[in-house]
Amino acid sequence: MVTNAASLGRSGVHDFILIRASAVILACYTIFMVGFIACSSPLTYDAWHGLFSALPMKVFTLLALVAILIHSWIGIWQVLTDYVKCVSLRGVLQFVFVVAAFSYLAAGILIVWGV
Amino acid sequence: MKLEFAVYRYNPDVDTKPYMKDYTLEVDEGTDMMVLDALMKLKELDSTLSFRRSCREGVCGSDGVNMNGKNGLACITPVSTFKNKKIEIRPLPGMPVVRDLIVDLTQFYTQYEKIKPYLINDEKTPAREHLQSPEEREHLDGLYECIMCACCSTACPSFWWNPDKFIGPSGLLHAYRFLIDSRDTATEERLSELDDAYSVFRCHGIMNCVDVCPKGLNPTKAIGHIKSMLLKRAV
Repeated sequence: MVTNAASLGRSGVHDFILIRASAVILACYTIFMVGFIACSSPLTYDAWHGLFSALPMKVFTLLALVAILIHSWIGIWQVLTDYVKCVSLRGVLQFVFVVAAFSYLAAGILIVWGV
Repeated sequence: MKLEFAVYRYNPDVDTKPYMKDYTLEVDEGTDMMVLDALMKLKELDSTLSFRRSCREGVCGSDGVNMNGKNGLACITPVSTFKNKKIEIRPLPGMPVVRDLIVDLTQFYTQYEKIKPYLINDEKTPAREHLQSPEEREHLDGLYECIMCACCSTACPSFWWNPDKFIGPSGLLHAYRFLIDSRDTATEERLSELDDAYSVFRCHGIMNCVDVCPKGLNPTKAIGHIKSMLLKRAV
């Protein structure tokens, strides 16, 4: 068995489930947003503001942001472990990407809850 | 009729770096031959050319090479496949080159050893043999036929980048062959050995292995079954 500490999941199965579950949420969010934009022509500020003022949409957006964090964390870990063989450099890159992903999440929460 | 070849050459005792060498073979108009036959004719012209071969009929898996960008067995690939285009022959990708078309497959065999490629049965030894029903035996079809030519594993990017951690399509095909064998009693131990982020889950299902397998096998499907078994065990 090969161990891994830097990925989000504690095992391959855990990563496998997390990456697929987060992909389902992201797919639903993308389809919803594309549908909303397509059906709201012309897309006005009021329509946009109204959409994000509703609590369900705020929760849905928060879910999507968390899903991006999970999905990107595991995905970046997989890409980095493939292509970056220097462990210290990989650790630094992983740290930078995870911090960036958390920053997006924090910014997203503040922005969405500010509407 | 002229057949044009460009063959990867590298002799670490003499060459500082690998290079491609052009060869031309004169053959009768309309004739066809296998790439291995062509290589043997080329060796008559240039005795320093090195490659592996044995059964010359697609059974031993010795002569896996990369032909015009696709892995395959030289002995069962007709030169007519390439429609009179120049044929580039290179060693299997991602493996250390010993010389010319000969690669060092140590990592490939190390991964094969990891999956314990033999029947484990801790029940009382039967008087004659472990019986299997025709239905149980059918599960092994499409798995036991692997000749370990390494065409699949050396076509897999996940194996190129992590040959020390990812078992690879060939090894996993064999792993599933024992996981699904009704006579094997070590299913749980086998799954425990595979239950990490690399051994199985480095397969992202791009199916290069299926594309190149000279025996027409489907390692991706077997890997999918192993993932399902690991998933059912964990959820």
